[in-house]
Amino acid sequence: MATTTEPGRRAWVEQVMGLPVSVHLRGPGVRDEAVAARVEAFFAELRAADDTFSTYRPDSVLGRLAGRSPDPATADPAVREVVELCELARLRTGGRFDARRLPLPRGGVGFDPSGLVKGWAVERAARWLTDLADHDVCLNAGGDVLLRAAPDRPAWRVGVEDPQSPGHLLDVLERASGAVATSGTARRGAHITDPRAGRPAGAVRSVTVVGPDLLWADVYATAAVAGGPDALDWLAALDGYAALLVTADGRVRATPDWPGTRPAAGAAAA
Amino acid sequence: MRRITVWLLSTVAALVLLFSYKTSTMGVGGESSAIAAGTGGDAGTGSSGTGAGRYDGSVAQTRWGPVQVRITVSAGKITDVTALQMPDGNHRDQQINDYAVPILRQSALAAQSADIDTVSGATVTSDGYRESLQAAIDAAHL
Repeated sequence: MATTTEPGRRAWVEQVMGLPVSVHLRGPGVRDEAVAARVEAFFAELRAADDTFSTYRPDSVLGRLAGRSPDPATADPAVREVVELCELARLRTGGRFDARRLPLPRGGVGFDPSGLVKGWAVERAARWLTDLADHDVCLNAGGDVLLRAAPDRPAWRVGVEDPQSPGHLLDVLERASGAVATSGTARRGAHITDPRAGRPAGAVRSVTVVGPDLLWADVYATAAVAGGPDALDWLAALDGYAALLVTADGRVRATPDWPGTRPAAGAAAA
Repeated sequence: MRRITVWLLSTVAALVLLFSYKTSTMGVGGESSAIAAGTGGDAGTGSSGTGAGRYDGSVAQTRWGPVQVRITVSAGKITDVTALQMPDGNHRDQQINDYAVPILRQSALAAQSADIDTVSGATVTSDGYRESLQAAIDAAHL
């Protein structure tokens, strides 16, 4: 409940990269012009990333390449960084994430880093907000969450949506910092391709990953959906990251270090 | 009472938000922005501490047309959300109304009981946002 010491809180929502992106700030200056300017700079940086990386737009850098991988020798530094991160993601996920041969939104098969770019761009742009002194940050980009709260303030409470019943929650996590990312088929159908099988993945309905970095939480969640039910063992071995997985037949399983209220792997869904 | 009022306002706002991300004209009195920011006290919009009653939001003009909702509160909880006015000028409006109002009602009730700040879920598209739990939470703080 409200007390006299409760800091102000304010939200902003914009549609960027085809997603609703919301910014919630808690702190004394949420009504200040300087804070609003930083929020605008955050959204502007996301829009700029979309101008470069959107595979939906024929006029973006990636759109013009139409599925060809950018040449690291001539690409601008941000593009080169994303290409290198995609390769790192392929290695870290044992090939479950592979940007090199994906179905493209405008047809054909080719290089599509979109599964990594969202997390990369949000994490990068978030510096505009996490640099603000005395302010707590809760960002949500299409269901992927980045958090920061001062030690003397309450942690953020993150609901994990039930993929079988959007609008209901599977679990609630309390986090003072880091990221919570969910990938799955609940909202857009089987849109995640299993790069090892070359076809849409369908055995896993959703995976939620909690950990320090949004980029990697998102990549691991997407990779686990692509990788199928054996992905839980792989997720459990990741250092610093924990996960909750819902199979296509509705069973809910978590890695042993899952910080929510759900029981660990093997326990059946309630 | 504050929490109820916040949710009352947020539900009004979320229904408005179904039709426009940037709408700031949500109703139930001039205090709405202070309350929705989570900084204020009791909005006192006729609730008189009884925690029960029916509340009609003011008519909000959106890009698609006027929106007005009625919220029923019983024993300190929102028990119902109905649309008094919704844009229905075309088939698509009607489709959105048919699914969004019941889903948003359910979402508002779920978030009210879980007391959460945000929601992680499979990628929400811009269309899907209109009916999402996150939309209801965002609207409470715009």
